[in-house]
Amino acid sequence: MAYSEEVLEHYENPRNVGKMDDNDSHVGTGMVGAPACGDVMRLQIKVSDDGIIEDAKFKTYGCGSAIASSSLVTEWVKGMTLEQASELKNTQIADQLALPPVKIHCSVLAEDAIKAAVEDYKKKQS
Amino acid sequence: MDIQQNYFSFLGLPESYNIDLQALSARYRELQKTLHPDRFAHLSEREKRMSVQYTAYLNEAVTTLKSPLGRAQYLLHLNGIDTISDASVKLEPAFLFEQMELRDDLEDIKAQVSPEKALGLFMDKVTGQLLEYQQAFSDCFDVRDAASLKTATAIVRKMQFMVKLQKEIELVENELD
Repeated sequence: MAYSEEVLEHYENPRNVGKMDDNDSHVGTGMVGAPACGDVMRLQIKVSDDGIIEDAKFKTYGCGSAIASSSLVTEWVKGMTLEQASELKNTQIADQLALPPVKIHCSVLAEDAIKAAVEDYKKKQS
Repeated sequence: MDIQQNYFSFLGLPESYNIDLQALSARYRELQKTLHPDRFAHLSEREKRMSVQYTAYLNEAVTTLKSPLGRAQYLLHLNGIDTISDASVKLEPAFLFEQMELRDDLEDIKAQVSPEKALGLFMDKVTGQLLEYQQAFSDCFDVRDAASLKTATAIVRKMQFMVKLQKEIELVENELD
């Protein structure tokens, strides 16, 4: 199956790969996995005191579409409020990357990851 | 022989996770002989076609049951649980952290100058963990009530990640050769 230009671009030049200190109270970590393909994704956000996502990092072990989906999300959420970030839909990711139907689950994984990261951050704050 | 039967009955094996793999192989060879196309050469087209169908079913059955993960998934499937196509399910964070760490470790090993030894040890660790999951699955599946089937399903999901990791290790090993 051929990857779209957009997927290849992110796959070859992934943005924001890395790790943040999970013990930092400003950091929220989302970990998700897809058993069917064995992909694992970690997405982290760093949130300012006024609730804006200042930075985002990811690490994904999986196929090109999963890497591209998480890479794209880290680009998108920078500058967003927590609410905006948790409203991201997998369909937006899939559209942007022109994912074929069999790879839609990769965008779902990325949506789950950002939601989990926001949840984790909120839990740390409460 | 009947290809409407499930793989276990087709191969004359008890419907259990702990199957006798030697008996499976013996039964495979036996059926392969019976089904050999040469034996059907003098028969009608319809019967020849059937022999091809049987052989395909036989191969599918043996491949599935020989694989520790495939066998577990098939047993769950027979109990109405699909673990093959479920893409997004909630997994324990601790398990995901562990999986992430294992994959980070593999990347570190890959970066070593001569990773052979470390890679071998890593493979042993992953295989050991997988064996533990297999044992745990077997114990749960034997009980076969709703609660233990649920636990068995959770174990299969974990197995899926470990099997994927094993494949990743094999890829690295192949690159070294």
